[in-house]
Amino acid sequence: MAAGDKHLEITLETQVESVNLAEEMCLRVAEAAGFGEDDCYRIGMSVREGVINAFHYGNQERPEKKIHLAVDITSEKLIIRVLDEGTGFTLADVPDPLAEENLLSTSGRGIFLMRAFMDEFDVVTGRTGGAEIVMSKKLPDPSANSSNGQGGQQSNPRQEA
Amino acid sequence: MALRATYRDAGPVTVVDLSGRITLGDGSALLRKTIRGLLEDQRKKILLNLADVDYIDSSGIGELVSGFTAVKNQGGELKLLQLTKKVRDLLQITKLYTVFDVYSDESAAIRSFG
Repeated sequence: MAAGDKHLEITLETQVESVNLAEEMCLRVAEAAGFGEDDCYRIGMSVREGVINAFHYGNQERPEKKIHLAVDITSEKLIIRVLDEGTGFTLADVPDPLAEENLLSTSGRGIFLMRAFMDEFDVVTGRTGGAEIVMSKKLPDPSANSSNGQGGQQSNPRQEA
Repeated sequence: MALRATYRDAGPVTVVDLSGRITLGDGSALLRKTIRGLLEDQRKKILLNLADVDYIDSSGIGELVSGFTAVKNQGGELKLLQLTKKVRDLLQITKLYTVFDVYSDESAAIRSFG
């Protein structure tokens, strides 16, 4: 970890409340990092979907399993990792929710939304053997005029560390 | 904000006014319970007013689709009214905007039911 980088890690219970908790925590970090309202919405939604994925598909809603959430702020981007204690999966096996035959499916849109809302997205095998979602968004340029509301208007917390 | 749901009659159509977030847990469960309850009461022309719903996650989207299919399978119609920008954008990127019948005007929406 480079000087000035920040790291936050939390272990969550496999329960519905963890989804809101993770979203709220990451929203605060994103706001402090200077992201604007629209980007905060996208980041918050992506965290929700990542934790829902871990809660439902990874940990199969089993309360003895944990969800591991990590947030890093580097000089370039906000990185979020969501790790479950399931058996893992590969992205190639996830059905395309935009395919005609899947449009009326009642599930399976979480991965799609995270991909759509974040700059980078991947799924790897984590240290637990479960799936680890790794996604990131480039930090807003504090000197640029924001195109999405408040972005760039706040000081960059990296300079405050 | 927790989801709230109330409904009212507009001729043969039941308008369901929703406010809050439709997300995993209570929000999605309330939407499911509301639609299933209406179907049990033989109310099969349902207009979901989403004017005060500013947030839906994938679980909420799934519940909307589930409700749409359940109503359709019973010979009814479920339509959407007054989407907020975030909800409209979400339905557009998931291609569901073309699946649902969406209206901005309540009177026009009510008249559209067969």
